[in-house]
Amino acid sequence: MSDLNLTPNIAGADDFYAELLATHEGLSKADSDALNARLVLVLANHIGDRAILSQALAAAALKSEE
Amino acid sequence: MNKIFEIPLYAYERSADQDAETPVRRKVVVVGAGPIGLGAAIDFAQQGIEVVVLDDNDKVSFGSRAVCYAKRPLEILDRLGCGKPMVDKGVEWNIGKVFFDERQVYQFDLLPEDGHEFPAFINLQQYYFEEYMVNRVRELQEQGAPIEIRGRNKVLKVEEKTDHAAILVDTPEGQYHLEADWLIACDGATSPIRGMMGLDFVGRIFEDNFLIADVIMEAEFPTERWFWFDPPFNKGQSALLHKQPDGVWRIDLQLGWDIDKEEEKKPENVIPRLKAMLGDDVEFELEWVSIYTFQCRRMETFRKGRVLFAGDAAHQVSPFGARGANSGLQDTDNLVWKMKLIFDGIADESLLDSYDYERIHGADENILNSSRSTDFITPKSDMSRVLRDAVLDLSEVHEFARPLVNSGRLSVPCTYDGSPLNSADALLDGPARTRPGSPCPDVPLGDEFLLPKLGDKFTLLTIDAEAPDSIEESGITVTRLALSTKTDPTQMLKERFLGEAESGVYLIRPDQHVAARRPSFDETLIRAAIRRAIGKE
Ligand SMILES: Cc1cc2nc3c(=O)[nH]c(=O)nc-3n(C[C@H](O)[C@H](O)[C@H](O)COP(=O)(O)OP(=O)(O)OC[C@H]3O[C@@H](n4cnc5c(N)ncnc54)[C@H](O)[C@@H]3O)c2cc1C
Repeated sequence: MSDLNLTPNIAGADDFYAELLATHEGLSKADSDALNARLVLVLANHIGDRAILSQALAAAALKSEE
Repeated sequence: MNKIFEIPLYAYERSADQDAETPVRRKVVVVGAGPIGLGAAIDFAQQGIEVVVLDDNDKVSFGSRAVCYAKRPLEILDRLGCGKPMVDKGVEWNIGKVFFDERQVYQFDLLPEDGHEFPAFINLQQYYFEEYMVNRVRELQEQGAPIEIRGRNKVLKVEEKTDHAAILVDTPEGQYHLEADWLIACDGATSPIRGMMGLDFVGRIFEDNFLIADVIMEAEFPTERWFWFDPPFNKGQSALLHKQPDGVWRIDLQLGWDIDKEEEKKPENVIPRLKAMLGDDVEFELEWVSIYTFQCRRMETFRKGRVLFAGDAAHQVSPFGARGANSGLQDTDNLVWKMKLIFDGIADESLLDSYDYERIHGADENILNSSRSTDFITPKSDMSRVLRDAVLDLSEVHEFARPLVNSGRLSVPCTYDGSPLNSADALLDGPARTRPGSPCPDVPLGDEFLLPKLGDKFTLLTIDAEAPDSIEESGITVTRLALSTKTDPTQMLKERFLGEAESGVYLIRPDQHVAARRPSFDETLIRAAIRRAIGKE
């Protein structure tokens, strides 16, 4: 079984982060929340693997591994 | 013209039991002539077991209530002799459309699998459904079957005794006492019997109200299921439009929690809402209006001594997914053959523990599915609404999001995984859908179909395998049904029952669920499987 990758994995991390902020630029709080929600769903679908998704939910909730 | 639900179909008639000196003892008394009570009674009568149905009313369901019936209940109803009239009268549909705000976000096709005698779904008013069942009762009576419906017989009291239930019944001509070896409580969601016996009914009540209206109209809408999230005509809420026979349309409008139910039900308030939805120029007539609060809950156990609960009395779900009547019919389908074996002295009363196990499993699956639909349709927090709306927005442009849209997961029968009546799966390459515990899927056999051949007796289905023509075990005769994939042009038999396996031997229960399967006949193991399937191993 593969595990959620929690080591640095994005080449050009600063570029990605800037793009993420730019996508939100000028949006109201509500529109930004909606965008984040859509982004989560798009990424989750790309990952697909249910076990990894559960690990990702736990990681995002800042839960330490048992 | 009177509507069918306004005509007494089983008018009160005095029964000799009312004049008896001491309470008459009946074998089986069913309380409630709703779809589940009638289904149980027909099943008992077909097995030659004397049954009396008591109902406090004398008519079929007031208004349509349940409209959507799934394949498995239709197959069960066919075994009970009323499946075909339902399909003939019902409306078949496959296309659904989902709207969000002002736009259609996508449409789907149920794409029903080929090779089944019955359609995936039909829509039909509950009053027709009950009428066909009453017709079937009359037909059985003409054939001399021991079945009786007593209209306007209201059960006032039920007392549990060691070997029977004592019942007090009220009629237009006064009260009488009756005894039942076994009482089947099918007295609906508010089950007075549950209350009389002080039994629990636990679960979740959803804080929401829905206006349910059946309207008669000449409309151009196609035969499709239309579901709206947050439409302009019902802001912040949901709506559903679904077709029934006779130009009747079912409309569900979510109203929210904080409303005055009596006010909302008045035609002067209902009609403007419907006009906003259907358009000002559509002419319609209101047939029936009701307001519902949904609940998802079940009894802790469906049996209390000689009293068994089935249908809405035992469990309740929200209507998203059409699981109420559909699952109730699976309850009595599961129960009646077991009781028949107990009456025949073949099985012990402990076989009824498996009714509890299997149907609680079914109820929990239905409650889980319908709670999830309700949570999607009515988000309970700001963030759940944000996520829900994100799914809907994405579903318009990206296919991946469509399976996440949940406007009701339509009823499918449950597999009794882990049931004590199952033998371990020994057909290792066999398809998952026919593993022990599963309801047999139908298969075309030339001009005929598999399920009617299975009927309501234990069957040994052999596919490209040898076995004796019949086996006697513990008082049960299991008859062989020999089939071959070599003569099956569709190859559906292979696909649904063999998968990668070369051959298969299935032990099938009277309710058409798989009890055991193996690659070939093995007398010792099949005999053990039969004993296990009747609770004796
Ligand atoms: C708006 C709506 C839509 C629905 N849509 C669907 C759907 O699409 N598909 C689906 O499968 N299900 C649907 N359902 C659920 C379905 O209607 C019920 O699950 C079904 O009617 C349950 O049948 P029942 O026989 O258990 O109970 P009921 O139909 O409620 O029958 C109970 C009977 O018991 C009688 N009774 C009660 N108390 C006593 C007493 N003390 N003495 C004698 N008799 C008594 C009553 O008169 C009644 O006839 C829907 C329900 C609603 C409300």
